[in-house]
Amino acid sequence: MIGAQKEELIIKIILWIVSLISVSSFFVIFLYMFINGSRVISLEFLTTAPNPIFWTGGIFPQIIGSLYLVALCTVIAAPLGILTAIYLSEYAVDNLITKIARFFIVTLAGIPTIVIGLFGLAFLAYRLNLGISLFSAGVALSFLTIPWTITVSEEAMRAVPKEYREAALALGATRWQTTWHIVLKTAAPWIMTGILLGIGKALGETTIPLMCGGSGLETFIPRSLFEPVGSLPVYTFIFATQGNVSSAYDRAFGGSLVLILMFLLISVSSLIIRNRYQKKMRT
Amino acid sequence: MKQISTKNCTHDDLMVNDAKIDVRKLNVWFGDNHVLKDINLKIREKTVTAIMGPSGCGKTTLIRSINRMNDLINGSRTLGEVYIDGYNIYERNTNVYELRRKIGMVFQKPNPFPKSIYENVAFGPKIHKMARGKELDDIVEKSLKEAALWDEVKDRLHNSAFSLSGGQQQRLCIARALAVKPEIILMDEPCSSLDPTATARIEALLRRLSEKYTVVIVTHNLQQAARVSDFTAFLYMGKLVEYGDTKRVFENPQSELTEKYITGEFG
Repeated sequence: MIGAQKEELIIKIILWIVSLISVSSFFVIFLYMFINGSRVISLEFLTTAPNPIFWTGGIFPQIIGSLYLVALCTVIAAPLGILTAIYLSEYAVDNLITKIARFFIVTLAGIPTIVIGLFGLAFLAYRLNLGISLFSAGVALSFLTIPWTITVSEEAMRAVPKEYREAALALGATRWQTTWHIVLKTAAPWIMTGILLGIGKALGETTIPLMCGGSGLETFIPRSLFEPVGSLPVYTFIFATQGNVSSAYDRAFGGSLVLILMFLLISVSSLIIRNRYQKKMRT
Repeated sequence: MKQISTKNCTHDDLMVNDAKIDVRKLNVWFGDNHVLKDINLKIREKTVTAIMGPSGCGKTTLIRSINRMNDLINGSRTLGEVYIDGYNIYERNTNVYELRRKIGMVFQKPNPFPKSIYENVAFGPKIHKMARGKELDDIVEKSLKEAALWDEVKDRLHNSAFSLSGGQQQRLCIARALAVKPEIILMDEPCSSLDPTATARIEALLRRLSEKYTVVIVTHNLQQAARVSDFTAFLYMGKLVEYGDTKRVFENPQSELTEKYITGEFG
């Protein structure tokens, strides 16, 4: 039999090692992408269009395309998601209908992206004749992030103590004034980080833009909502699957490195937002 | 426990025809729970009225029926009338927002908004579009002075309200309520989370406020009721058992139940 103290120590060491493995997986991925991707990263790579004949060129239209897609998706998903969350958290009474609504939100959040992609292709692009386009892909992406935005926002609003609401209502504020000035303001940093993480989800999504956005080889930036749009994940997928064309393979790493850097930027910004808010509250 | 009926209610005839608050046959239910039973209560202007009674007797529900905060509770039902300045606030066309502006409320636990000291006090006047700019600054200063907090916070108005102590936070909540120029102030055990020093300051403040406002305070602290109030109501199991001049209620309770409560036999 081993002593309790020794047992504690062994468990601590095991947990430490397991945690190290979990955390280091990110660094391994990042390092691998960095080593392989940095070879092609240059100003030219970042500012020119791809050359799909020789599998060379840059990723400029794909960077801009990804930003367009994410912007369109957020412009649709953020207001819809936040307003729905306001309804669920501040206005709706808990009854069968809201329970059903919540069930669908949770279900929609778990729908495989291939299903949303096919819907975007078949219904938005073909049936509604919106084409394989920025618009079709942006709308389809918002289906992906709306349930996420609702869930995060509702949780953030529910975490606001009910004493704040009571204080505002007792001062004669309407429900909307209470929601707007007190609940939303208090929950804002968490809603913001939720939206940022939703942006991350949309930014990294491959299937949906591949099916109803564009081929990933676009050499141009869409000039209207109804033109095809390139994106970094699709670019990476296409360039990585060209067999032994080494110039394409290298570029896939380049695209993926840029993507991962964009992700880091999003994570760091959400961290800053929360920290700044918490600091403000303490003084 | 002995069952009591409202017939036993010992009710001093306060001879008020001009009652600021006049509660008549008020009944409140939460779901199937009959919380308040046939309450009749007249409250005089510019006095402090204490509502005391054991936990669960309905005292909080009673003051919350005066500014219709019970409306916000799912499944609540109110029957009866509450007149304020002769107007029944349970009338269908009552503007509850204006009603709640006229009736300030201070809660059990200090609940300042997660905003600056200034913004806390300015919130009410802002949403009621009562003032802005310099005028708003004046309201904030005046309210903080009235709540005896100004000297402690005048140099840090833009710091977070959470940087204040519990007692200061409660006085900030009082200032916030005063800023919308109420006529009545309802206090729901405002000192229950405060230490004795902070409690003493709030009690002193309360006396001063009653020169200008009608104050109704819920308390389960008998000494507090005796110290600060002009009139005392004793509530037991949703019924008003005794109501009258505080001194009279404490020195010469008419109801056996009141006497038992005051002498600490239960509660």
